[in-house]
Order: sequence, then C-alpha cells, then structure tokens
Amino acid sequence: MNLLDELEARSIAILREAYFRVAPLCMLWSMGKDSTALLWLARKAFFGTVPFPVVLLDTEMELPEVYQFRDEIAQAWGLDFRNELCPPESSIDPTLPPATRAAARKTAGLRELIARERYRGVIVGIRRDEQATRAKERVFSPRLPDGAWDVKHQPPELWDVYHTDVPDGHHLRIHPLLHWAEVDIWRYTEREQIPIVPLYLARDGKRYRSLGEYNITVPIESDAATIEAIIAELETTRQPERAGRVMDHETEDAFERLRTSGYM
Amino acid sequence: MALELELAPQLRVVAVGHVDHGKSTLIGRLLHDTGNLPEGKVAELQRVSERRGAAFEWSFVLDALQSERDQAVTIDTTRIWMRLPGREIVLIDAPGHKEFLRNMVTGASDADAALLLVDAHDGVSEQTRRHSLLLELIGVERVVVAINKMDRVEYAAARYTAIRAELTGLLERVGITPAAFVPTCARDGENVAGPAPSMPWYDGPTVLDALLALPAAAGRSDGEELRLAVQGVVRRDLQRFVVGRIESGSIAVGQQVVLSPSRRSARIASLEAWPPNGRVTARAGESVGFTLDAPLFVDRGDVVSDALHPPALATAFRARLLWLGQRPLAVGDAFRLHLGTRSAQVNVTAFERVIELESLDRADEKQRASTNDVAEAIFTSPEVLALDTVSRHRGLARFILLDGIDIVAGGTVLAALGGAAQARAADVVPVGHLIGTEARARRNRHRGAVLWFTGLPAAGKSTLAMQVERRLFELGYNAYVLDGDNIRGGLCSDLGFAAEDRHENVRRVGEVAALFADAGTIAIAAFISPYRADRALARRAAGGAFHEIYIKADPEVCERRDPKGHYRKARAGELDGFTGVNGDYEEPLEPDLCVDTTSLSVDEAVEAILRYVDDRLPV
Repeated sequence: MNLLDELEARSIAILREAYFRVAPLCMLWSMGKDSTALLWLARKAFFGTVPFPVVLLDTEMELPEVYQFRDEIAQAWGLDFRNELCPPESSIDPTLPPATRAAARKTAGLRELIARERYRGVIVGIRRDEQATRAKERVFSPRLPDGAWDVKHQPPELWDVYHTDVPDGHHLRIHPLLHWAEVDIWRYTEREQIPIVPLYLARDGKRYRSLGEYNITVPIESDAATIEAIIAELETTRQPERAGRVMDHETEDAFERLRTSGYM
Repeated sequence: MALELELAPQLRVVAVGHVDHGKSTLIGRLLHDTGNLPEGKVAELQRVSERRGAAFEWSFVLDALQSERDQAVTIDTTRIWMRLPGREIVLIDAPGHKEFLRNMVTGASDADAALLLVDAHDGVSEQTRRHSLLLELIGVERVVVAINKMDRVEYAAARYTAIRAELTGLLERVGITPAAFVPTCARDGENVAGPAPSMPWYDGPTVLDALLALPAAAGRSDGEELRLAVQGVVRRDLQRFVVGRIESGSIAVGQQVVLSPSRRSARIASLEAWPPNGRVTARAGESVGFTLDAPLFVDRGDVVSDALHPPALATAFRARLLWLGQRPLAVGDAFRLHLGTRSAQVNVTAFERVIELESLDRADEKQRASTNDVAEAIFTSPEVLALDTVSRHRGLARFILLDGIDIVAGGTVLAALGGAAQARAADVVPVGHLIGTEARARRNRHRGAVLWFTGLPAAGKSTLAMQVERRLFELGYNAYVLDGDNIRGGLCSDLGFAAEDRHENVRRVGEVAALFADAGTIAIAAFISPYRADRALARRAAGGAFHEIYIKADPEVCERRDPKGHYRKARAGELDGFTGVNGDYEEPLEPDLCVDTTSLSVDEAVEAILRYVDDRLPV
C-alpha cells in the first residue's frame, strides 16, 4: 500500500467505526476540499451511499461558487443534505473580534443543531497539520453538553481501539482526516478525480488556498491553475495554509479560544 | 503515475523522555534546521516572548497552546510534519509529566518509532524507565536515543558512554534494542541535524540521520496469518457486505475463511468496492467489504482468519496493562473490554504483579495497581473471546478497559487461558442433568467439593491428601485423591514438563476435579500448581465448590525432606524448571485455608483440614 492507500484505509475504518457505534450521527460539509474528500471517503466506506445526514452550517456568507458547488454535488451524489442556518450576527457576543464572529455563529448553529437532533456524533473533516490546537485532537473527541472541548482532560486514545461512549447530553466529534496533511488531500483529490470548488484554482494570478466566508478570507498570489500545480506549489511553500483566514490571527490565542468553546 | 511515485513511506516518530530533558527543544530545533518551519514562525514567537518579557526558547514552536506556554510543559501530544528529501517524518511530541501519561501513550500508540531523550547531566530517571516500559507495551520497538544537554557535562565522552551502557541494559530488559545513541546539545543544534563541533570524539549519526536510517514502518504485514475484525454488516439492496480492516495477511475471492468465536467457515464469494474496481484480492491494511458464499450469521466483533490458523478462543487471559484509573485496580473489579471490534464484560480474577520501575522487574508484594502502574493480571469473561497473544499477532492482542464510560487501562494479552474446552463449547449443545446438585448433596449428606492442595515440592501435599482421603472415607464422605500418579499416567500422558504442558496439566486437573465435585464427590487435588493464574482457572472451573488449601512449609525444610530426591537432582542440574530450586512458586494470596507443615505434625494438619471440611460441606 502506498501512503494514499494507507490514509484512505484508515479513514474508511474510522467512518465505519463511527457508523456502527455512534447514533444518531451526522457529517459536517463546508464544500471545502477537505470535507468534500471526506464525503467521498464516506461514499467509499458505504458503497456509494452516505448513510447519515450531511449538514452545512450556513452563515449565508460563503462565496457564490461555493453555494453552486453545494447544490450540484448534493443532487448528483444523492445526499441527505441539510442546510442549517446559523443564528444572525446580532445574536453573537459583540465583544468578539469581527473576523471571528462568523465562526462564533457556526459554533452556535452547531450547538443548536446537536441539541435539536440529539446527535451523539458529528463527523468533521479537520486535520492535525492545519493548526496547532487541532494537532492535539483525538479521532473520537468527546465534547461537553455546551460543545466545549476540555483539552486538558482528553481521554487516552490507544491504537485503533476507539472509545465511543459519552454521557447523555455530551457528544463526540469524529475526525477521520486527522492524520492527513494538506498535500495528501490534494494528491487524493487528483487521484480519485473528486470535484472541487473552482476557486481553489488560480485565475488572474490568485487562488483560494482555504475557503471561508467572503468577508474574512483572502486569496493568495498563485499561478497554480491545476491540482498538479497546487501540489508542486505546496512542496515549496513555507506559508501556513490558513494564512488567508483572518480570524486565526486577530489575537495570539484566537483560534484556540474558538476551538475550546466548540468550534470545529 | 508520477504523482504516486513521489509518495515516500511516512515515518511517525514519538518523542518521549523525562520532562525537562529537552524534547520540545530538540523538535523545534530539528524543524528549524531542516527548513520545516512556516515562514515567520520563529520571528512571531520571538515577538511573543518579548511581549511577555521572557527569553525565546525553541520549545515555543510546539507549545502553541496558551496553557502550555504558561506552564512551560507539553500537556498533550502534538504532531508536526517534516518534509525531508525522500521521506516524510511526522513528529509526535508527547508530554513527559507523569500526570499526562495517558497523553504519552496516546502519542506512542500512533508511532512507528520513538526518539527517547535523556538529560546527560541528570541521567536515567524514573520517567525514562517508565517510558521505556510503555514503549514496549504499546509496541514501539524501534528507538533512537538522544543523550541531550551534553553542554551540562562539558561534552564529556565518558558521561555519554556511561549513560549509553546503563540505557542499553535497561532497554534490553524490556526487549528493545536501540537503533542508535546520539549525544546532542539540542539548544545549539549540535548533532540534531548538523555537526557537533563540541564533540569531536563522536563519529556516529546525527539525530536526523539516525531517524532517516530507520527501516520503513513495519505496519501491517501481508506475510502473516489472516486477521480481520468485523466492524459490521452494510446492507445494500438485498446484499449484505461484511466490512472490516485487514489487520494482517490477505484475502482473495474463493478463499476459505473461518469466523471466530463461532468457528464456522465459508468462502469469500466477492470483494465489494465503490466505485467497483474488479479486484479479487486485498492485502493487509486495507479496509474491505466482502460477501460470503454461505448464509452465516456474521456480526460486529467476529474475527475472520484462515482455517488453519484461527485466533485462540478463551474465557480468560493473562494481560499486561497500563492502569490509568483513579482508584486502584484489584481482584474482583469488573470492566467492559474492547478488543478488536469486540466488546465484552470481564472481571479481574487474579492480580499477578506490578512491574517495579527501578529494576523493571516484577514486584510481587503489591496486590493492586495504582494509577500509572504497569501491572499483570488474569481476566475472565462470561463470553468466549477470540484473541491472540501479543507475541503472535499484535492487532488482536491489544485492548482497552472501560469502567462505566471512563477508559481506565490499555494493555496486551500475554496468554489465552481456558481455551481448549471453550473452543468446543461453542458447538456443544448442553444437555441438562435431571438430577440437581442439591439432590446429590442430600443423598450423600454432604456437598461435592474441590480441595485444591497447593505448595512447594515436599511440603506434604500428597501425604496429607492420602490421610485426609482415608479419614473422610471413614467419616462417610465420598472423597477421591487426584495427584500426579493417577493423572500423569492416563489423562495427561501426552504432556511433558515444559511450561506450556504444566499449565495444560493443571488446567485438565481443574476441569476433572470440577466434574468430580459436580458429581457430588470431594476431589482432593494435590499438585504443586505454582502459578496463581492456573489456580484461578481451576477455581473458575469449579466455581463455589473450590477450596484453595495452601500446604505451607519453609523451602529449607522441604529441601531437607526431599522424599523423592528431586531437590538433590535439581541442585545437581539434572532437573530443569524444578519449582523451589529453579522455578518460581507463587504463594496463594488469600487461600481458603493455610496449613503450615513446618510447625504442625501430620495428624495436626489432617485435623485442621477435617475441621475445615466438617464446617462447610455437610448438608
């Protein structure tokens, strides 16, 4: 098995563990490259049909190309798709820095969704190499009833013998892509011919490396107009992936605070 | 595809060792010296340090969490990707603090190799020993040792050599042969990725070179026997696809496979994939779906193997584990076991030992494990479990234990017990007796029982057994002695005296004695039975009818008696593994009765046993 086969096999095994052991269960889909690759892996794990709801936490502030991609894929892949509107910005703590408010809205939206649907498991396509706090994550990561992540008291996680029990009212975040790196996702997307939002590919010397809300995400300088070119670009860059995500950089610990309060 | 050829095998390396021995610093330095830090990262951290009025340290690169910077220790594992020419290394930084051990083992259980750090000045510490022991338990066998902070010992070669010798011995005791020892000064980058001008006497590899020289990840192996733990069954239209990950070996359409614990067999009818790929074989490590040619009931927890090499079936097993629970682990505790994809109830029926850290040897006097102890114990389950021993297949030898919803231990199976009888039991339909235990007891006017005499050779077991048998007979009891003479000649004539055979001998006696007891007789079993685990099994076979009677005598007294001349032969080197001379005897921890033949005469000892019987067995 090569690296991609190994990564794929492990993710499929995690998705199946989640499906057979945790119910009710849903998957978050942001239409980004990671969660779309994850959706593809779920189709592989369950022979073409995703057997749980696929949810977008919608701030209504994604780029138009992203919404178009959502509608096409949801139909073509026969998803049980749920568009979950997040609470309006007016309901969010006004002391938060502006760029983190969209994330706070998603966090609140997810909390409402979990409370309403009583989900015990939420599958999320985060990776350890994205961001320092995500590097500390477990594959099956318990969350407190308010969605908070108790990073200081995480349970041990040994080999691939996963622990999936949580008290009533708590839930698990399940992370099948934790062991993937950004370039692995691109290589896999290329190999499997997984569709992507075209904004990732360069047009007029710019492309999006990471997709967030339109008012807080900026494209990077790039001439990478194909996935192969993106991979080549990643081989040499020393710029972090989320450099174009304003919310991560407002204060030193901005992202950590977001995550411990329940952000993905 | 050129794209795929570039994918070099990945190596995941966990960095372990005592807190403050410099792990995070070494990793930070390694990343910097190999050009793997994001642009501006060091500058950013230097600014942050300045703002906080503290000197910049290389460990800040990894200690990205607020709480970690404040405490200056790593509290949870973190991962960092290093791209190197020809290879990708994922570094897993594990915390050194004892209270964060659960995070250290979490990091280690995802690693192919380990980087063990030792402070050259402080030397091997308790935590160094603990981490070494845990690397073995988790299954990380490839280790590079960095003897760090050489600047604190004036870069002295003698200090390096001394620590190297001490660690070599230590790691050998836990079964690990280090790939390399490297003297480093991580802060200055010496021998991290570049040369060490302060240590001209050293001509070995740098840490980076030593890591790059490690063989590719062992991972899952095609060559081994087939193991696949069934995750579940996915229904698609009218078909049922069995799904799971191939732990070892390979499968092919048409191949005969056996499901355990049911031991029913079928052939692989098809391999299923989406999108369809037409493949007819699959290898170790793959997540697969398949159908069988027979309408067997397959469920989550079943183990798929080939027909000739199935996993052991056991209702009990001996295990080594890391105890993470808050309260002590002790006999009688009940847990939920997760092993492979199987979940089952288990109980601790015998506590064997805690591994003592100073010598990495057994500490038998401790009867319970405290938090973070590595211990060995016997577990039993009301269900038949399909499992492997760690020396045979790691995959199905690894387990976790849950207490309620808390994970309290992780461990590996050292031996499967109670297997042979249970292997058949799955296919045996029990036939209920029409006469109950109570009816037999009323007719006999006493209950059936197993009086299990255990003790050193020449402690007096056989002598007392024969006397007790005669006296019980005279008093109207049905009693019968099982000993080496009437067991070894027939029932166990196929067994020798190797360790495995001795375990099996005792197991059979336990089962036969249990049948005698069930039939209403008092079976007096007189066997050295040196191991607690074996006696625990015998107790399990007979249930409440089992009475452990410790025939106690000082070893010197036994050796002086030596009625069969065995001690003399053992001393002369003519008998291997003779209990009392060159084999261990594990004293009963809580015998139902202890009879000390050093101080009691034969008559007094017999009377003590008769009083015990007379108290308990008459109806």
